[in-house]
Amino acid sequence: MSERAKRIVAPILLLLGLLAIWEIVVRVAGVPDYILPPPTRIAATFVVRFPTIWGHTLVTLAEIALGLLLGGAAGFALAVAIVYVPVIEWTVHPLIIASQMVPVFAIAPLLIVWLGYGLWPKVVVAALVGFFPMTINGIDGLRSANAETVDLFRSLGATRWQIFRKLRLPGSLPALFTGWKIGAPLSVVGATIGEWIGARQGLGFLMLQSNALLRVDVVFAAILALALVGLLLFGVVRIIERWALRWRGPATS
Amino acid sequence: MTIIADAILRSERLFVSFTGRAGRTDVLAGVSFSIGRGTWTTCLGPSGCGKTTLLRALVGLIDPDRGTIEVGQNQQPRSRTIAYLPQRDTLLPWRRALENAVLAAEITGRPKADALCEGRRLFARFGLAGAEDLYPHELSGGMRQRVAVIRTYLAHRDILLLDEPLGALDPLTRTTLQTWLLDVWRELGKTVLLVTHDVEEALVLSDRILVLSSRPARVDKEIDATLPRPRSRTAPEFVAQKEGLLRLLTRGGR
Repeated sequence: MSERAKRIVAPILLLLGLLAIWEIVVRVAGVPDYILPPPTRIAATFVVRFPTIWGHTLVTLAEIALGLLLGGAAGFALAVAIVYVPVIEWTVHPLIIASQMVPVFAIAPLLIVWLGYGLWPKVVVAALVGFFPMTINGIDGLRSANAETVDLFRSLGATRWQIFRKLRLPGSLPALFTGWKIGAPLSVVGATIGEWIGARQGLGFLMLQSNALLRVDVVFAAILALALVGLLLFGVVRIIERWALRWRGPATS
Repeated sequence: MTIIADAILRSERLFVSFTGRAGRTDVLAGVSFSIGRGTWTTCLGPSGCGKTTLLRALVGLIDPDRGTIEVGQNQQPRSRTIAYLPQRDTLLPWRRALENAVLAAEITGRPKADALCEGRRLFARFGLAGAEDLYPHELSGGMRQRVAVIRTYLAHRDILLLDEPLGALDPLTRTTLQTWLLDVWRELGKTVLLVTHDVEEALVLSDRILVLSSRPARVDKEIDATLPRPRSRTAPEFVAQKEGLLRLLTRGGR
């Protein structure tokens, strides 16, 4: 088997093994469905209830995608400001780090009060959660240009804009993508939390509603959908990364 | 100091110091020399003596405490006259070799098509044919330095300052590239100031060698290397010069 095939097949085998153990334990011990349904039951529910799940998935996906774009754009703008403006570095940078000590759970209810039950409070929560890794990695990336290369640009009479555009910006991409790869799954968590606090649709809402009805199989089907959304986002970021960083060659990407 | 009539670069009593946590450190203590147009001059000195600082001051990246730097006859901005090749590998990893080579043209706003055309010609002439579209990580160390030197040339400045361009290469590649550098210099007719701590390299390449003292640096001695090129590394005169230089350099270093 080729190395590539092994890398794909091995985790799938492990997952299938774990699911098989779960199935056997639940059936042998006679655990009722409203406590823990077997994987086959969850799969069946996923298929049967797919139209409902799909509708909720689209809502959650929109929240996450908007949140990521918003958090990523704000994070990058702030990273540029922090790297270029010393006053902002001294004042804002410590506060950003301190802000990570505030649990998003604590802010989410306030956002519902301020922004209502619609899409936006979830977008903001998703943005807030993904914002930190995307900003911090953006700062590291923009600073990664080595002093000699900056010297080279300055010796050629390059303007600050040229140094940014031709050196710091492309040099920041590897770190920036690392930030996005951490930020994307975090935004999934953020949007779900937002929906738990108050929503009329979305996968988080579906989970809460089904939990109350003791439909644990639907809860798990929603979790499955969330996981797939996270994987999809991670995959999209990976594909863009591969394209943008094609100069790195296969050895390091 | 030797007086040179047709000097293109002149440094007079150049003093540079750095102020750090440990107080003031003098790096250059009155460096004076002048360089003739079209010649190859090498600054030879022990590691850490301030050679890189000297180059950075000449390019204008740091301001000297005292002393003057004169370039050419007219007072052009130095970034228009001097091209600088820093010591570390400074090829941009996201640009292909040829795109790296035309960086200076891009920054100064020269038409990119012209620069690419000229770059292609130089790649073909100077052993880089076929490397145009490779990324730096696909090139060997020697090839990368060739690209970096061509990039420095394509800045279209009169003076090239090269900071240990062959320092990180294995001895064999180093020897090959010394010959290559001479080829480039002879054909393209620029003024070169090279910095190195390799005595043999200095003797193989230069018209004149400025021997720097250990830090704080002054020009200890100026030596004219007059043997006809290409120079044999085993000729008795060459060996004698090499021994003399080594003695000079290790004198205070024990």
